[in-house]
Amino acid sequence: MKTFQGRVVTPGTTSAPALVTHHGFNTLASLQKALQFGDETAKCNDQNNPELFGKPVAGAALCLPMTIGSTTGGLVLYCACAMKRQPACMLFSEHIDSLAAAGAVLASVWQEDVSMPVVDCLGEEFLNYVKDGMTVTVQENGVVVVE
Amino acid sequence: MYLNEEQQAILNGSKGETMAKVLKTLVMYGDAFGAEKLVPVTGKYNHLVTSFGLGVMSPVYDLMDQLLEAGVTSGQKFSVDPRPLDQNVPANLLQKLVFHMFMYNKQDFYEDQLKKLGLLNEDAFTCTCYMDEVGNKPQKGDVLSWAESSAVVYANSVLGARCNRNSGLMDLMGSIAGYVPYFGLLTDEGRRATWIVKIETTQKPEAQLLGSAIGMKVMEAVPYVEGLDKWLGNDLNDAACAYLKDFGAATASNGAVGLYHIDGLTPEAKEQGRALIAEGAQVYVIDDAELQRVKDGYPMIWKNPDAKPKLCFMGCPHMSMQQLKDWTDRIEAGLKASGKRKVLIPTVFTASPAVLKEFEKTEYAARLKKTGVITSYICPLMYMNNPLCAKMPVITSSNKLRTYTTARYYTDDEILNELTKGGTKA
Repeated sequence: MKTFQGRVVTPGTTSAPALVTHHGFNTLASLQKALQFGDETAKCNDQNNPELFGKPVAGAALCLPMTIGSTTGGLVLYCACAMKRQPACMLFSEHIDSLAAAGAVLASVWQEDVSMPVVDCLGEEFLNYVKDGMTVTVQENGVVVVE
Repeated sequence: MYLNEEQQAILNGSKGETMAKVLKTLVMYGDAFGAEKLVPVTGKYNHLVTSFGLGVMSPVYDLMDQLLEAGVTSGQKFSVDPRPLDQNVPANLLQKLVFHMFMYNKQDFYEDQLKKLGLLNEDAFTCTCYMDEVGNKPQKGDVLSWAESSAVVYANSVLGARCNRNSGLMDLMGSIAGYVPYFGLLTDEGRRATWIVKIETTQKPEAQLLGSAIGMKVMEAVPYVEGLDKWLGNDLNDAACAYLKDFGAATASNGAVGLYHIDGLTPEAKEQGRALIAEGAQVYVIDDAELQRVKDGYPMIWKNPDAKPKLCFMGCPHMSMQQLKDWTDRIEAGLKASGKRKVLIPTVFTASPAVLKEFEKTEYAARLKKTGVITSYICPLMYMNNPLCAKMPVITSSNKLRTYTTARYYTDDEILNELTKGGTKA
């Protein structure tokens, strides 16, 4: 078990199995198909991300360096939240990027009863330590416990 | 974040609950980046990324309705990304049914929302709003609330405007409030390069391949590119701008680049040179072998790798007038050399409605039509994003289209060979 301290972007608590990518998470490429065609598990469809391709994103503790790609990214994340197909939480090793931040903020302000805690600045060691399937617990103060 | 009296009052509800939520969104967005203040949007027009009326995007339409019901509209007129449908583009009966009845069944509804919110005009649907023919071309130093990754990176890099990589919907929030949070690419510090890219190729690098390599390497950092002016020259002429449009789109979609500097060419690099490079910047050397390595690394996701292409898309981002003319010449010459009259693969060149209208006035339009190439204002990405089209073997020279769809990337020369000689790669 290891504990990491990050910075809270949008608050909340959760516990979920980890889904890890060491490459940027391309939100549009990953989620568009799932949202369009009724995949409630939101399987990742990003052909350029072999770590995530085909794996369900909904309900997972998504551990990533940053999101990349189209500026529809935040809007796609907002829709995923509204459709309840979002990750349980998003945990960034680096500082959050503008697209992910937009998605998280939009969901927080414009959607009621959406929970997707977002913590960033967890450090490179976090991403090196956490592996797919490990249990990740997010606390209100930005502490992330991986076991 | 410091808010002035007016901003604080809006946040407190002086202009109603919905406007307060708009401002709260911008404040929270800025807080995530330590923004100390909101600054006025100074560009004349905005640009939005979301142009498609996908049936499943009801959360977006609901939000737009909230804005409209509260009488909250954009303070600026805006252009928006390309339409997802065009009857000029080949599609079978089933595809047409899927497009109109299932996927984009909210297109008319959404376009009506856009008009009410401040759409510039009926033709303002393009990802290249900065083309002269379209007219949404910001001035150097303008502060923008744009989205569309390829347009943002172009506005920042080639035009010298200041814009963060805003997301869809966030673009609209800034335009409604008239303010955006001051951080990242709006600041002098945020525009400094943390990567130096040295171009050491033996020939002019393919724009889309070079952009892809840099995007994948630097991700969201700002690269300072040296050695490219050797191939592009030192003037931002039509050819250089078209190259940088395609290059930038690839950096932004294969990575998350929002600004690049080209030594001796782009405005800030011309003014400040290497002073733009931050201390401790990393170095990435690109030679022929590196470009080949990047190209070879693209996944092959066609079921049958040897399938004969059924469609070719060129113009993601939308082509410029000069590109349409140059490709007309190239295709004519290619067909003449191979003794053919028409392109061997159904081919669609995409450009903005305004550019296409002007193109139609030139003698090139009839010549291009004669080769069998179709022109369209469609968004190829939106066309491809469904299981029916995803199964089609489609080729493109767009690295953005490759990234988001099953389209296969070919260099410009390879595309020309496919179209005019039928599969003999360059």
